Parts: sequence; structure tokens; C-alpha cells
Amino acid sequence: MLFGYSLGDLGSIMAMQGFAGLILFSVFLLMALGLAIIFGQMGVINMAHGEFMILGAYVTYLCSQGFSTWLPSMFAASFAVGIVLAFFAAGLVGMFVEWALIRHLYKRPLDTLLATWGLSLIMQQIYRSVFGAREVGVELPGWMMGSISVSNSIDIPINGIIVMALTLMITIGIYLLIYRSNWGKRVRAVVQNRAMASAVGIDTERVDRYTFGIGCGIAGVAGSAFTMIGSTSPTAGQLYIVDTFLVVVFGGAGSLGGTIASAFTISQARSTLEFFLSGSMAQVVVLLAVVGILMLRPQGLFVLKVRR
Amino acid sequence: MQHTSFDVFPHCGMADNCDGPTHLVFGTSLGGHMPENPSDQKPRSTFRRHLLMGMAALPVAALMPRLARAAGKPTAEVNTTGLAVTDDTVTCGILHSLSGTMALSETGATEAEKLAISQINASGGVLGRQIKIVQEDGASDWPTFAEKARKLLASDHCAAVFGCWTSASRKAVLPVFEQLNGMLYYPTFYEGLEQSKNVIYTGQEATQQILAGLNWVNKEKGAKTFYLIGSDYIWPRTSNKIARKHIEGHLTGCKVVGEDYFPLGSTQFNSVINKIKLSKPDVIYADVVGGSNVAFYKQLKAAGIDLKKQTLMTISVTEDEIVGIGGENIAGAYACMKYFQSLDNPNNKAFVAAFKKMYGESAVIGDVTQAAYLGPWLWKLTVEKAGSFDVDKVAAASSGIVFDKAPEGYVRIHDANHHLWSRTRVGQAQADGQFKVVYETPDLIEPNPFPAGYQ
Repeated sequence: MLFGYSLGDLGSIMAMQGFAGLILFSVFLLMALGLAIIFGQMGVINMAHGEFMILGAYVTYLCSQGFSTWLPSMFAASFAVGIVLAFFAAGLVGMFVEWALIRHLYKRPLDTLLATWGLSLIMQQIYRSVFGAREVGVELPGWMMGSISVSNSIDIPINGIIVMALTLMITIGIYLLIYRSNWGKRVRAVVQNRAMASAVGIDTERVDRYTFGIGCGIAGVAGSAFTMIGSTSPTAGQLYIVDTFLVVVFGGAGSLGGTIASAFTISQARSTLEFFLSGSMAQVVVLLAVVGILMLRPQGLFVLKVRR
Repeated sequence: MQHTSFDVFPHCGMADNCDGPTHLVFGTSLGGHMPENPSDQKPRSTFRRHLLMGMAALPVAALMPRLARAAGKPTAEVNTTGLAVTDDTVTCGILHSLSGTMALSETGATEAEKLAISQINASGGVLGRQIKIVQEDGASDWPTFAEKARKLLASDHCAAVFGCWTSASRKAVLPVFEQLNGMLYYPTFYEGLEQSKNVIYTGQEATQQILAGLNWVNKEKGAKTFYLIGSDYIWPRTSNKIARKHIEGHLTGCKVVGEDYFPLGSTQFNSVINKIKLSKPDVIYADVVGGSNVAFYKQLKAAGIDLKKQTLMTISVTEDEIVGIGGENIAGAYACMKYFQSLDNPNNKAFVAAFKKMYGESAVIGDVTQAAYLGPWLWKLTVEKAGSFDVDKVAAASSGIVFDKAPEGYVRIHDANHHLWSRTRVGQAQADGQFKVVYETPDLIEPNPFPAGYQ
């Protein structure tokens, strides 16, 4: 007996908590990937990241509405289509924003903070005008909201599995893109030495635009996926932004591995602590620990291991 | 009714209102129209025209019933404290968040207040005066609420203000209303522990909402063990404290097996859901608010907790929240509050029809929306009882005001504490987003904002 639970219970706890931690890890990583790319590769702190996520969520909402109106027989496919559309919608808006706003501010990193924050307010108000202040309910294919019953006391949520699979796919995709493709080589060249990259014929402006677009597109995918677990409202993006920044900053900017490790550490700590403490206390403890570690390692956990 | 004031006082103030209520514009939030001073001279030509019209109306006026003439009492008599009252209009404020995170919840309240005011105006106004609205945006920010409240009272001289949603915003404006002697009608169910001469609380205080529901679930479902989960701020914490005292002190053999709080806006509930699964409570008692609700119910469902088998009682989910959660994700849960859109009575049917006519077929009405609708009506009845717009007289006359056309049925303002007597109901959420009422207290429950033994 431990904490009043029987041995069988403890087994189930371990299994389900382990899985809850993994889901949280996937969620954090999915949220943070887009931001990490933009922050790490371009040095731009995108405060409107949450709003790009919500853009993806609204696209998914429109998609599910469209399917149930015009193509009810194909409704099962609506979510997959929604994710793809969310990627392109958020990505295109991101590229437009980079062209209209961000590129004028590359030499003034703190101003990008302010500008993107303003952008986030503008986007929120646009959502409010277009979709109304109330939350919208995204209708999902029924099978996605169920769970797989492994044993009497262990249920594995299906939406958790989908988020994990999505995160895995996107992480691998990003890795290939940045470390194994020609385009990634250019991005890294621009990060390391913009002037020299330009001198050898890399179109740095285009690289910047696509990088920002891809970062925003991934945010859109994350938002699309989160319609399964969270709310879709004009201000819901704000709910994610703190955790997102926490993961990216803790992991160390510019390092994909750092982001993954940081998402893993924070999510496991949070999930375990939430079980033994109350939800609020768990967050306090995790935040305190992160602040403490960042005081000792201001560059974040893993930055030193990455060649810049 | 509009023309009743033509008779006795043709010399003042009809100039801008010859064409009846059509000049009323909703949502004029610019604060552009300053209160008219009753002693202002009108342009000579309209003055003469009205004099003539008034004279023409005299024979008719003589035939009018006494009551109708009373509605046109002179402004100097019904307004001795400099409120924005003219011979044919009275200015009221609406103070809710139109932007920021609370806009989500406060939209319904704003809509209901405007509906009530337009209905009051259509039926002749208050003491023969049409209500003009000045709307301000609290922007989900508590100091902004205080600042806008000051503007509504000090510069617009509003006779009454309908507004606020969160307790934090109410606490922020309370000193302003007390200092400038304004009248606030507050619509949200809240934690109690407050009472002011300047506030009428049209929602339920915590004991009204909580105790009857716990008794019901204990008796009907044989519930013995409770798991309390809420968002981490004053209302859920106070509510759960009251619930815990009631469960442990007044229900025999019952106990609380867990209590958990999550920061506002939390979206991850998997760990606490595991805890709930292991402690196997008879009832999950939830007061999670805002966007967190959506995450909580979606994840409950995804974790294989079937709310048709596991009893869950919430005091924070209304029809408004279900729109975001999705009916299929919360079907089977019980909510405990005073109003559901599905209430089957003639008042409510008329109210729902009027609301949908104004805001569209897909509009939903939650508990707070209905409570907000009561505000302007209660104020009108109180003003007419007092025969005056003066805040002191309205505050004094509030005791015992009865509104029997309320969508929730019959309500009465308490004689001593400015809260409402009301019934409490338990509804079961359906997949279509509505509640099916399964229980209703036989009597009105007395409001008790300072409950002895529950603090």
C-alpha cells in the first residue's frame, strides 16, 4: 500500500500516468516546434504564435462545418483535410506577415516582440468579429473522441495517440528539412552568417520568409490538433503561449534537440507532480524549478551541445 | 403611452422625441451624448410646435386615465439628484467586457440586457421615459471596469448600470458605486459574502445554488463520496468550501475524497482524471470555468469516463459553455443552477422566442443571460414603486420587489439583503446542447450571502 492505493491500482497509475505524461509531452512539443524554428533560426520572438494556432483551429472548424454541410458521407476525412488546410492557411498568413511586418524589424529584435504582440491583439479581434466572442464547438468524427480499454482500469485516449503520431511525424519532418535538405542547409547558413550566405548567392529574404511561414504553418497544425483536447475561441491562443515559451526558452533557442528534451522534462515533471499535488501547486513548482535552472544556465539546457 | 406626456407639460423636452422610440440606438458607447439638463431651453420653433400639439392634445388628455398621467411626472420630481433624466428619456449604462477573455461569457449578458431594455421601451418605458443606453467595454480588465464605472456615473449620470460578470470586476467597481451612489444590477451567480446598498444581485449566491443540488444528488443517486475540482480563484474555492462543509457536516455518511484546483485557462487534465478514476467517487463535483471546461470534458470523455454512468455535477456549465464543449462530450452530466433554456413555462417560452428573434435561431441562453435579463425589469419595477429615479429611493424601494414575468418563473428581491429569492434546478445535459430539467426545489430558496456555519 502506498498513498492508500493497492498494488494493482499502482500498476494502473504508472501506466496511465506514463501515458498522460507522453501526451502532455507531445502537446508541448507540437506547440513549441513552430516557435522554436522561428525563434531559433531567425531570432524573432513571435508573440502571435498562439493566434496562429487558433487560426489553424478555426480552419479545422470551418472544414468540419463544410464537410457536415456538403459532404456528410466523407465526414471521417474532415479532420485530416482540416490539418492540411490549417498548415497552408497559417503558413500563408505567416509569410504575408513576414513580408509586411517582420522583415522590417530584423535588426531590432525587441521591436519584433512588440510588433508581434500587437499582431496577436489584431488577430484576436479579427477572430472575434468573424466568429463571435463565444467558443465554437469543432465537431469531430466520433471514433476520435473515444478510448481504447486495455484493462479494467486502464483506458488509452485515442486523441492522445493521434496527437503523439502527429507530433512524431512533424518532428521527423522538421529534422529532415533542416538537417538533411538543401533548403535546411541554406537556413542554417543564414543563421550562422547572414552576410556570407548572401554573398555566396543564397536569397536570404526568401529563406526568412519560408522559415517564418513553416513555423506558423506548424503552429496551425498544432492548433488544428488541439481542437481535440481544448477550446476554440478568439483568446484561446493565450492559454498555450506561456507553456510554449517555457519549453523553448528552457530548451535553449536554436536547438531542435533542446526543445524536445525540454518539452519532455517539463511535461513529465508537471504530469507527475499534478498527480501528487494539486494542479496549481504543480505548475508553481515546475515554474520555480525552471526559473532556478535558467538562473544557473541562462542559455537554456542544451544550447552548448549544439554547434552554432 | 408615448404621447401621454404631451398633455400636462407641453413646454418641456419633447423636441428630440417626436418620432417615438426609433431614435434609440443600441451600443452607443462613445459617450457622446451628454445628459440633457432639464432646464435647457428648446429651440423656439419646436417649442411652439409642441405647445400647439400639446394644446391639441389637451381634450384627449382630459379623458386619459389617471395612471397614464402619473407616468409623466415632472422631471424635477422624479430626479432630485442630477441623474441623466429628461422628460422623455432616462440614461442607463451597460458595462460588460466586449473584448478580452471574458467577452466570451459576457456577450450573452449584454444581449439579454439590451433585449429587456428594448422590450421596456416598447411597452412605454420607465415612468413614461424611454431608456437610452450608454455602453462601455470593461475589456476583461478590472481597473478598466472601475474607470468605466466612474465615467458612467460621474459623467453620464446613469440612473442605473447593468453589468460586470466576474467577482473581480464587481469588487473593482463596488467602491465607485458606493462613493458616487450609483445603482448596479449584477447578473452572475457568485460566491456570496457581499452585500451593498448600491448593488442588486440578480444571480444566485453560493448556498442557494449549491446546497439543494448536493441534497438532490445524495438522495436521488445515493451519492456518498465526492471529488471536488475547480479553477483556481475565489468563486470555485469558496463554492467548494461551502460544498465540503455541507457534505461533511449535513449529509450523513458522506465525505470528500479529493479536491483539486487548476489555474484559469489550464488545458491539461489527464493527471487529475487519473486521480479521479482511482479514487472512484460517486460524484465528480466540478466548478471549472471558461476555456478549461472544454478541455476538461473532452479529456474526461477521451479517458473513457462515461458521464451517463459516472455522476458528474457542475455548477459552472450553462448552455453557453456547451456550445464550446460540444453536447456529445458532456451529455449525461448534471448542472445545478436556477435557470435552463428548456424550462417549460409561458414566460420562458416568450423570452426564448424574443431572444432568438433578436439574435438569431442558433442563439443559446444560459443561467447568467437570464439573470441579466432580470436586471432592467427589476429596476423598472423598483423605480415605478419608488416613483422616483433617485438612487437612495430606488435602493430603499428594492426590498420585496416581485417580478412574476421572469423566465425562471417568479422572483422576489429579499427584504434585507438585495439578493433574489429563487428556485434551484438540476438539469441533465443532452447531446443537443440543452438541459433536461430533472429536479426543481418546491419552494423559493432564501438568499443567504453570509451563511453561518459555511465560512
